[in-house]
Amino acid sequence: MKVKYFAWVRERVGKSEETVEPPASVRTVDDLIRWLAGRGETYAHAFETPRVIRAAIDHAHVKSDTMIAGAREIAFFPPMTGG
Amino acid sequence: MTAAVTIRIQQADFDIAQEISALTQGRTDIGAVVSFSGICRGREGSETIAALTLEHYPGMAEAEIARHAETAMSRWPLTGLTVVHRVGRIVPGENIVLVLTASQHRQAAFQAGEFLMDYLKANAPFWKREESAAGTNWVDAHHGDDAATARWTKS
Repeated sequence: MKVKYFAWVRERVGKSEETVEPPASVRTVDDLIRWLAGRGETYAHAFETPRVIRAAIDHAHVKSDTMIAGAREIAFFPPMTGG
Repeated sequence: MTAAVTIRIQQADFDIAQEISALTQGRTDIGAVVSFSGICRGREGSETIAALTLEHYPGMAEAEIARHAETAMSRWPLTGLTVVHRVGRIVPGENIVLVLTASQHRQAAFQAGEFLMDYLKANAPFWKREESAAGTNWVDAHHGDDAATARWTKS
């Protein structure tokens, strides 16, 4: 699946998107955050406070306990500050 | 009643008068247009702001605005709706966002405009980065934005 990062999550990870293949044990958005956080220092920094990270699956907001099966694109970003 | 809906995300500035006339031209069923524009402030607390840079999530930003536009149209008898949100670098005094709501009567247009702005601020995937003498910083989300959104779900 494709993973996208925005704002300071993107800056901390050091890239705006990538394709990842997490193991089958990674079932929810929260599982994916923990798995990504274990991929290295930059990821650990980006995801150090999971409760502030917002997620979207295929362009719609989702909660952290949402299952990721079937997702084409998952995005992670900080709370929004537009308008 | 048909509602003309325009949603645009762009780097360029917008002309409010032009957007209003595009919305109302040739129509005789519009009795009220409410316009909200968000403008870049030159000061935030004691800090002087040199510029804001707005980042967005292409695809989702349009989709999210469209979802809220649909909700607004199902709640109020709107005859037209325009949302223009700028991205990129914006300096103090420049426009950031425009929301126009049109209806036969003013009340629906006022309420729908306020509803849309509250939802856009809390849910549309845009992020502001501030440039000041202290460097550049991502703007923190206001807790007040979520509270502003919550009041629309009470009644």
